[in-house]
Order: sequence, then C-alpha cells, then structure tokens
Amino acid sequence: VVVRAHRAARHPDKLQRQARAQSTPGKNAGLSAHMSKVLAIARFTLLEALRTRLLWLVLGLLVLLIVGSLFVRQLAITDTARMQLGFLAASMRLGMVLILCLHVAGSMAREFNDKNVDLLLSLDLPRAGYFLGKLLGFVGVALLMALLASAALGTVADPVALVIWGTSLACELVIVAAITLFCAITFVQIMPAVTFVVAFYLLARSIAAVRLMSGSQLLPADEWSTRLTGWLVDGLALLLPDLSRFTSSAWLLGGADGGSALAYVVAQTLIYGALLSLAGLFDLYRRSL
Amino acid sequence: MRWRLRLSGTQTRPSRDVPRAVTWLLALALLLQVGIAAVQRTPAARAQDLPALPGPDILRALSLGEPIPLAQLLTLYLQAFDNQPGISIPFMQLNYARVEQWLARALELDPAGQYPLLLAAQVYAQVPDTERQRTMLDFVYRQFLQDPSGRWPWLAHAAIMAKHRLNDLPLALRYARALREHATGAQVPGWASQMEIFMREDMGEYDAAKVLLGGLLHSGAVTDPHEKRFLIERLQQMEDAEKSSSPSKKRLGP
Repeated sequence: VVVRAHRAARHPDKLQRQARAQSTPGKNAGLSAHMSKVLAIARFTLLEALRTRLLWLVLGLLVLLIVGSLFVRQLAITDTARMQLGFLAASMRLGMVLILCLHVAGSMAREFNDKNVDLLLSLDLPRAGYFLGKLLGFVGVALLMALLASAALGTVADPVALVIWGTSLACELVIVAAITLFCAITFVQIMPAVTFVVAFYLLARSIAAVRLMSGSQLLPADEWSTRLTGWLVDGLALLLPDLSRFTSSAWLLGGADGGSALAYVVAQTLIYGALLSLAGLFDLYRRSL
Repeated sequence: MRWRLRLSGTQTRPSRDVPRAVTWLLALALLLQVGIAAVQRTPAARAQDLPALPGPDILRALSLGEPIPLAQLLTLYLQAFDNQPGISIPFMQLNYARVEQWLARALELDPAGQYPLLLAAQVYAQVPDTERQRTMLDFVYRQFLQDPSGRWPWLAHAAIMAKHRLNDLPLALRYARALREHATGAQVPGWASQMEIFMREDMGEYDAAKVLLGGLLHSGAVTDPHEKRFLIERLQQMEDAEKSSSPSKKRLGP
C-alpha cells in the first residue's frame, strides 16, 4: 500500500494509464496487465536480492577469492598469472553457484513462510505469472552475479575468452536458479531443496566421467548388472545437462576454444531452463494453498 | 507428489488442475532435452591425454580428509580412461610412466587397497610390449617391498609372468626370492615361499634348490603331511635329476 501510494504521488498519469488498460475489456489489455505484474514481481525479487545484502556478499566473496589467488600467485615459481587465473576462475564458478542456490532457496522459503505466495495468488494473477516473475527476478540476479565475476577477472584474462567464459557462467547460473526455484517449490523447506540442488549440480558436472567409467571394457559385458548400470547411467545422461562442458577454466587459460562450445551451452540452457521452469510451474499448479 | 506431504505438510491438487498447455510444454521440453543429449557424442577417452597428478600430500589435502575414496576414484578413472570403444590398442598408446604415477598415488592414499596392484599386474602388464611389461612388474615389485604381507599375491603373479611371458628366469627368481625373504606372514601360503625352489630347479641350480627345500622342511614351517610328502618326493627327484644331469620334468600337480 505504501509503495502504491508513493508511486501514485510520483507518477499519477502512469497509474491512470495502467488502470485504464486493466479496465479495458480485451485479451491484449489483460495480457499487458499480467505482464506488468510479472515484471513488478521480477523487479521486487531483484530488489530483495540487493536489500538482503546479496551484492555485498558476492563482492566480499570475490575479494576473498582474489586475495586467495594472489597468495597462489606468490606460491608459484613459474606460470604465475596462469595459476592465479585458473584458481580464480574455478573457485568463482563454484562460489557463485553456491551463493545463488542458497539465495533462491532462502528467498522462496521466506515467501512461503510469510504467506506472500498466498497473498499474491489471491490477486488477479495466474500462477504462471507469479512463477514467471520470480524466475525472471532470479535470472536477473544470476546475470548480475555472472557480470560481477567476469568483471573481477577483467584485469587478468583475455577479453574475448572472458566474454565467452562469462556468457557460459551466466547460462550455468540460470540453470542453477531454475533448478533451485523448482526444488524450493517442490520441497518448500531449504535443507532438502539445497541438498537436491547440490547433488544435481555435482552429478551434472561429473556425468561425463561417470558415463566413461560405466562403459569400461574391463567390466564383464555379459553380466546383467553391468548392462543395467550402463543403461541407468545412459538414461541419467539423457536427463541431465553436461555441466562439465560449461564455463571451463581452460577457455581462459588458452587450453581450449570456448567459442565452439558456446552453441551447446546456450542451446542446453534454453532447453533445460524451459524444462525446469515448466516442471516448477507444474508443481506450483498442483500446490494447494 | 507424495514427498511434499511429509516435507511441507501441504496438500497437493490433482494433476488435472494443471493447465493442459503446461503439461504439453513440459513433455515437449523433456523430449527436447532427451534429443539434445542424445545427439551429443558419447564421451570417449583419449589415451594420450592422461594428465599428471600432484604429489600425495596435495592429493591428501584435496581429498578433504577422505583419502581412500579419492584413491578409489583415481583408480576407477584410470581404469576407464583407456578402455573405451574406438581405441584400437589403448594400452600401447599410454604413457606408462604416467600410469605408474597414478597407480602409485592411489596406493599412497590407500595403502591397504589391492586394486592398483591388480591393474598393474593383470591389466597394464598384459600389453604385447616387453618394456611396458617390465615397467609394471617392477612397479609391483617395489610396491611389494613396502607391504610384503599384504601384497605378496601380486608379486607371485609377477614372478609367474616373468617366467612364462618374459622368459626371464633370473627376473622371476629375483621376485621369488623376495617372496621367500619378505613375505613371512602367517597368511602367506607355503607355495609362495616355495616358488624360488622350483625356479632354481628349472634353472638347473639343484644345489641351491636342495638347500632351500631342505631348510624349509627342517624349519617345520610345512605341517601338512601331504605337502610334506610331496616336497620330500621333489627333493628326491632333484637328487635323481642331478645325478642324471637333466632337469626334472615333473611339475606341481593340481
């Protein structure tokens, strides 16, 4: 109410236009009204991240990792810049993933505990609108974190490689945001949601290696247990994104060309992000308030 | 979903309450995911890419207090590395110094583990390349000396390999002697300590074989009456063979 009152005082003409649009019968007007609510939810999700000091937490972690990388650089006898860059890139990637996961899970748990979800869904807004708003907000947070991490590497990495690495990190964080949102809606509580996300992430990072191991020719190929394990791992690989192909430090260190992998990274993010979002939406629709 | 009832205490609505578009789009996204995963190449190992490992102290620190699972992971990764379809002669392409380093690191992290020694003796020593075979057998020998009671089976295998595959009787004798001298634990069977005797016999060193066999019988280490009788017979055969200056053809029975 306070926010609306402030808005009305500052932008009376804008609110009048919105009200006219909402009162106008027609599909387009309804859609436009829903979209403005979706964007408002996304904006407040983003604001929540800033006001809960997530930005400071990310900056603090980045500073800590940079100091750590300088220590690594001091320890190295040769290849000092590469050592620093490699340490920094790998640790930032993991740190950003963990912070984003905890933030999304915590934010959603607060939404459920404070009954904000019930309140918002009691308004003229479909559940899909609420979900989309939250998702857009968390994707915004993910992009902001990827941008900050890339900026921290700006002075030590090649710019082209850094853009590719940063894009891939943003894609990876989008997937993490989507899976955490899905888990937060499904499990409601923080602990099971975060546990599931961490397990998912580790498995997605290692699925290529697991597949490699399960296909060993040293294992007896004619035994049912070997075949069953192989099928299970292959089936799992079909359902998981191969995160070992995302955000590789080797792209920054000149060990591999990230540009060729970027098409897969983007396509996989779009498909898997959509899959997780729809799964989360499916669960939200089934949720009884 | 049933687990939500336990975790959150809230009820779920039936699936028919979910808009049909959401269900169809979810199915479509699932199909797309399976599609994109299916068209990706199956991960394949490349033998030349086996990386170097850091030292045992660093690995122990990296294991976060769990060196044994890390050793097991290293072993499994190494095992899978060169055994993928599409590699025609995988072991021949491997850098054996690197393989040895991996196996040694796994043993350093998990000294009680037998897996790295099995890989060395039974897998990596089976390549049709004498140098590589010798590298692996030598690795088994050096590791045996660090824990003779726990690692004697692999040196026994190495001794047999040296004799029959490499046709290098002096090497086989060296391994067999190490078995007799170092593998003295109660769990080491008699045949392992007796290998040296029969190898010396094969090499025509009857005097040495007789001394060893006589010493073994005299020491009282052989308690089984059947085994004792068999060894006495072998001692007699050696003496007969020495008299006729031809090595015994009789071999250990089943």
